[in-house]
Amino acid sequence: MDAITVGALEKRYGDVHALAGVSFAVRQGEVFALLGPNGAGKSTTVRILVTLTKPDSGAATVAGHDVVHEADAVRRSIGYVPQASGIDREATGRENLTLQGRVQGLRGPVLRERVDELLALFGLGEAADRTVRGYSGGMKRRLDVALGLVHRPQVFFLDEPTTGLDPEARAAMWDELGRLARGERLTILLTTHYLEEADRLADRLAIVSHGRVVVEGTPEGLKRELRGDSVAVEVTDGLGERAAAVVSALQDVHEAIPEGRMLRARVESGATAIPGILSALEGNGIAVVSVTTARPSLDDVYLHHTGRDFRSEDEAGVR
Amino acid sequence: MSQVAASDVASSARLGRLGEILAHSSYMVGRQTRNLFREPIWIAMMLVQPMFWLLLYSQLFRRLVELPGFETDSYIDFLAPAVVIMTAFFQGTWSGMGMITDLDRGVIERFLATPARRSALVFSQVLRSGLTSVIQGVIILAVSLVLGAENGGPVGWLVIMLAGGLVSAGFAGISQGVALITRREATMIAVANFIGLPLMFFSAMLIDFDLIPRWMQWAARFNPVQWAVDAAREPVLASPDWSLVGLSMLLLAAFVVATTGFATWAFRAYQRTL
Repeated sequence: MDAITVGALEKRYGDVHALAGVSFAVRQGEVFALLGPNGAGKSTTVRILVTLTKPDSGAATVAGHDVVHEADAVRRSIGYVPQASGIDREATGRENLTLQGRVQGLRGPVLRERVDELLALFGLGEAADRTVRGYSGGMKRRLDVALGLVHRPQVFFLDEPTTGLDPEARAAMWDELGRLARGERLTILLTTHYLEEADRLADRLAIVSHGRVVVEGTPEGLKRELRGDSVAVEVTDGLGERAAAVVSALQDVHEAIPEGRMLRARVESGATAIPGILSALEGNGIAVVSVTTARPSLDDVYLHHTGRDFRSEDEAGVR
Repeated sequence: MSQVAASDVASSARLGRLGEILAHSSYMVGRQTRNLFREPIWIAMMLVQPMFWLLLYSQLFRRLVELPGFETDSYIDFLAPAVVIMTAFFQGTWSGMGMITDLDRGVIERFLATPARRSALVFSQVLRSGLTSVIQGVIILAVSLVLGAENGGPVGWLVIMLAGGLVSAGFAGISQGVALITRREATMIAVANFIGLPLMFFSAMLIDFDLIPRWMQWAARFNPVQWAVDAAREPVLASPDWSLVGLSMLLLAAFVVATTGFATWAFRAYQRTL
């Protein structure tokens, strides 16, 4: 059974077409990532699925319940970690968890035990009775995750769970989420703009761009679709376009896409293609600054399907 | 999983919809009260101003009662209920600041993704304001007692605190509504100042109703602050007019219902913008 079904969701905010027909499905027990730059529509999708906002058109179900017409049933079945925390900073970790449990219908000793269990599980036992104001970024985020799990939801939504965390806290969060995914029979949907995060955590992922799902699949499958290696060549300013034209004419080059002074090409084998690429560029009077080759990454998957570089897209989205 | 789901169903069935709203409101009031007591400086600040009025203003205008038309012979007796009402009124008008903090920090959104009753998120703020004012009222009346006020005995205390609680809750409804519509602290401060002082001066808070100009008397009759002053002051006068107390309480209750309705409407409007 699918834990989440999303069909042709559309949402406008004034002139902004935040979602232009998003569709995907998530199977029970899997970890699914919505990957895309800022402003792609990931958060809007999640906010519709957790019943915070209503779609203009389209339909979605979570744990078998319609998100618009059976919102309360959805709310009982889900946990949600919002992008912007939502912890009460003046309260302690324990108080936050207890209140969350109460509104989810837990009482008495069952609630107390569950709160203790979560505090221990997320390494917050010692800080449990201190106000959250004094917590580190990583601790706050772990408490956010614990809050979403207090009533043992079937489906767990995390909106950018590691954004703003330092690398160490991010790695710890990844371990935590990996453990959650293996342990409980929990369906997890997370949004991220870190390609690495989706690659590491997700069983399957969908790349979202400009309010649409561009491609969907397993990280491995998506990378496999891109035959061969990727080669990134840095040339002198303003010559990216010309370099792309030169390189794409070569025999063993599948694709060459310019982005500013970078040129990204997909080739059968990086090691054997590079000499040919270099001599072709030199022959056309284009100076090469640097060249690297790698197995395809989700970066390349993104570039291949959208024709745009992930990083520049991400910065454009922040604005 | 199934165990939790079952307890959910049981608790909903046991409580019913209204019970659930009340239960959720009480959790939220509990949270706000606890946070308040964690910042004792706030409690002190909330009481500094009324103490100034009680201690200094009452001395400054001690001889006001000698004016013909004054219905008490001690100004502190006359002033104490008004200070309770004034404090409650300001408590209410500023209560929206708490909502703005919760909105800014995403606390409201987090609750919106849970089965927390939406109305409880609004009612709790109104209720919290009313209860805070009742507690402030007790403290103010106790201090005035030390200063020699009689406050109309136990019945007087009850009436004054009830009027304070109602006027505070009523203005909290407006304040919550404005907070939900504007969602900005600066706007909130401007609105609170804009309605705060005029409503205070268009009332017989500091002086006997018969001594204020006729056109102001006319305006004061439509002022909920005046209704609260009427209700709270009568018990301390020589011959209280209990029908005026009753009427004022009814008007205040209607005011609370109306402004809470406005805040609930503003909450729905806020949800539609998400």
